[in-house]
Amino acid sequence: MTAQTSRRSFLKGAVATGAALIVGVRPNGAFAASAGTAAEINPFVRITPDGVVHVVIKHFEMGQGTTTGLATLVAEELDADWETLAVDLAPGDSNRYANLFFGSQGTGGSTAIANSFMQYRQAGAAARAVLIEAAAETWGVAPETISIEKGVLTDGTNSARFGEILDKAATLTPPAEPALKDPTEFRLIGMDGLPRKDSRGKTEGATTFAMDVRVPGMVTAVILHSPRFGGTLASFDAAGAAGVPGFVDAKALPNGAGVAVYAKNTWAAIQSRDAVTAEWDFSAAENRSTDALFAYHRDLLNAPPTYQTREGADLAATAAAVDGAETVIEAEFLFPHLAHAPMEPLNCVIEPTENGVKFHDGCQFPGITQPVIAQVLGLDAANVEVNTVYAGGSFGRRATPYADYQTEAALAFDMLGRGTPVHLVWTREDDVRGGYYRPMAAHRAKIGVKDGQIVGWDHRIAAKSILKGGPFETVLVHDGVDEVSVEGIKDTHYAIPGLSVGLTDAQSAVPVLWWRSVGHTHTAYAMESLIDMAAEAAGQDPVALRLSLLSGSTDDQKRLTGVLKLATEKAGWGAAPEGRFQGVAVHKSFNSYVAQVVEISVADGAVKTEKVTCAVDCGVAVNPDIIRAQMEGGIGYGLGAIMRNQITLTEGEVDQYNFPDYEPLRMSDMPEIEVHIVASSAPPTGVGEPGVPPVGPALANAIYAATGTRVMQLPMSENGVEFA
Amino acid sequence: MATQIKVNGQTRDVDAPPDTPLLWVLRDELDMTGTKFGCGVASCGACTVHVDGQPVRSCSTYLEDVVGTEITTIEGIDSPAGKAVQKAWRELDVVQCGYCQSGQIMSAATLLTEVPRPTDADIDAAMSGNVCRCATYHRVRAAIHHAAEIMEG
Repeated sequence: MTAQTSRRSFLKGAVATGAALIVGVRPNGAFAASAGTAAEINPFVRITPDGVVHVVIKHFEMGQGTTTGLATLVAEELDADWETLAVDLAPGDSNRYANLFFGSQGTGGSTAIANSFMQYRQAGAAARAVLIEAAAETWGVAPETISIEKGVLTDGTNSARFGEILDKAATLTPPAEPALKDPTEFRLIGMDGLPRKDSRGKTEGATTFAMDVRVPGMVTAVILHSPRFGGTLASFDAAGAAGVPGFVDAKALPNGAGVAVYAKNTWAAIQSRDAVTAEWDFSAAENRSTDALFAYHRDLLNAPPTYQTREGADLAATAAAVDGAETVIEAEFLFPHLAHAPMEPLNCVIEPTENGVKFHDGCQFPGITQPVIAQVLGLDAANVEVNTVYAGGSFGRRATPYADYQTEAALAFDMLGRGTPVHLVWTREDDVRGGYYRPMAAHRAKIGVKDGQIVGWDHRIAAKSILKGGPFETVLVHDGVDEVSVEGIKDTHYAIPGLSVGLTDAQSAVPVLWWRSVGHTHTAYAMESLIDMAAEAAGQDPVALRLSLLSGSTDDQKRLTGVLKLATEKAGWGAAPEGRFQGVAVHKSFNSYVAQVVEISVADGAVKTEKVTCAVDCGVAVNPDIIRAQMEGGIGYGLGAIMRNQITLTEGEVDQYNFPDYEPLRMSDMPEIEVHIVASSAPPTGVGEPGVPPVGPALANAIYAATGTRVMQLPMSENGVEFA
Repeated sequence: MATQIKVNGQTRDVDAPPDTPLLWVLRDELDMTGTKFGCGVASCGACTVHVDGQPVRSCSTYLEDVVGTEITTIEGIDSPAGKAVQKAWRELDVVQCGYCQSGQIMSAATLLTEVPRPTDADIDAAMSGNVCRCATYHRVRAAIHHAAEIMEG
């Protein structure tokens, strides 16, 4: 996870009066310092003549706090002044700004801090070294006598702000191995209450999202999509749009996916589209209804699974153990399609440049958008510029391996002759009905319990693969097994004897995608519900059974035990107040460990989630308040979906259209939340996603404790649970 | 067929059909992009602005309806409650993606203008129309209480 530090070569830039100092890690891992404009090398740290430190953020900001997090790492090593420090979003450039875990530029899998931790610290430390050397030479003192405090260098006698010695610093070569602080010296890393860098703009309405980008001469395009997934356009009639003020044109997309409707502004485009009619060819479309799709998934579970995902699993032994048990638990769980529904509907602006195009996009995967669009438009990838702007949420939807909405924008731009800037806008209806959902999934488990112990566990999953056929297949599909279909169960850290985990891929034309915490969205629900069911069958307390299954000596087991003990202790497990009922779940995802205790009340049969107590172990806590925020947000995001969200189809057409029938979590649904962070010196791991998986099963377990009803199909509100 | 409306104290000429939603007048005609498009059906509150001091969903309020009114957007909110809310939001770092927060702040400012010391139930009632997919509700609630304290001085 660290940048190469051994084979460094350094660039010495030309001196230029008033130049900015730029320090960064070069593509080959080398540090470089130079004077001049930013374009010539690969900067992470830029200091302008006014002394302001600019940290260039290679990950996009969708609310997860990465601008603050990466800036913290640089500011820590540089002892920069946090208040004046600025963050700049990096342009699309995988050579310079690759996610070190992906090999190309992109954000996802809760990896931003984990892959950048050493890289950004080293960039800050390299900047520090040249600034101190410059001050030492200027003052004629030894570098060791100089310290930095909030962006001011001093040796006790002299002092200077960064801007005052920039010219000198720009002539110097950073050391081969910039010294990093010992963690005991950290002032900002781990500091509680370090203010977010994006708070001011976002509280003043001043932050620019793609939806807010305005380019001279720009037209808006909305797409009339096929009402069924996989349908193709047969014909269309735009005569009705001719009378809409501002209507420009309507053209069939060359890939048959729909009609691009152009207008002078957004409202005119939306109205114009309403006036366009179209005929579709549904011969290759998904024409089934949700009931039929569930029946199909359940049917897949009846046959022997295509893949056995656990090495050394002995199906015959598992079956024998289950058959020989005193109690056999047979359970089936059904999970619906889910839309991500980020607050900012998908959109981007594409405009012509001298040699190609420029996107303004809350772009999650520039490393995919650039080559895909280059292919679509027949350009060099280097001539597909990406200006990354702030994104109004994503939850996985903007992490599109196929650059789906950017491709629509490129096609719409191409059809207008490539001279007119185009703002492609999806409405909320496009978003809810547009696919790329969390896949529908079915789980079936048969668990044998004997003498108070689990003796065998046959687990089967049927779900459509997210990764097959896409660019991540080579990385995350092994021997046919899409790892994200089974993650969280296949690799469980519970010591379960006789566990087999089978997988069968479902086939459907409904496009599917990772949805905040990906496979864990359903595997954790099934696993942690089943553990509670096994505990009951074994006559054990749910926490006690979990602790015994985690009593081994692996690091994972110890850390899971740690968060489970912390959460249950803080929640007062087993001692709920009168009228309150508790449920628990613990799960590892994205290399972080999270346990949650959900406390509910039930009045007149209606469930209210009163409180969630959460414990998280994510290694070094770089920004504790952002970790808390991500746990709070993950809990809320998971809770809303578990409670009442589903995308359903009737003969292939999505039944929901917008928030009124894809009802999001609202203020009155939000429980009290308490987050406890385990102190750790382990490398930092993810926080954007790991808060999501435990909340659903912990709620289900609390509902069971209160009512005796085990909810095995989601969402809960459609399957017997009434919420207050 | 220019229509005159008053936004943040300034009179503006708008050349748009009278049934154009105020949201799109603000965003596309006046380039005031702080007010956000989230759903278009008055279900998420991202487009909340004040018309004569009252919070309205600008996606479902039409140009012809706001002639002769005082419109206030996130760019122009300078009431004591509005300022206190923005300050409280920053002190508690409420925002995540931030896309809904203009609307949250406009709704919260009205609440605090009308109810200086709101209860949790008051907050639920006043804020239930404002969706946050990042689920910052926990902090929105705390920040409204904090803003009430700021206003009391």
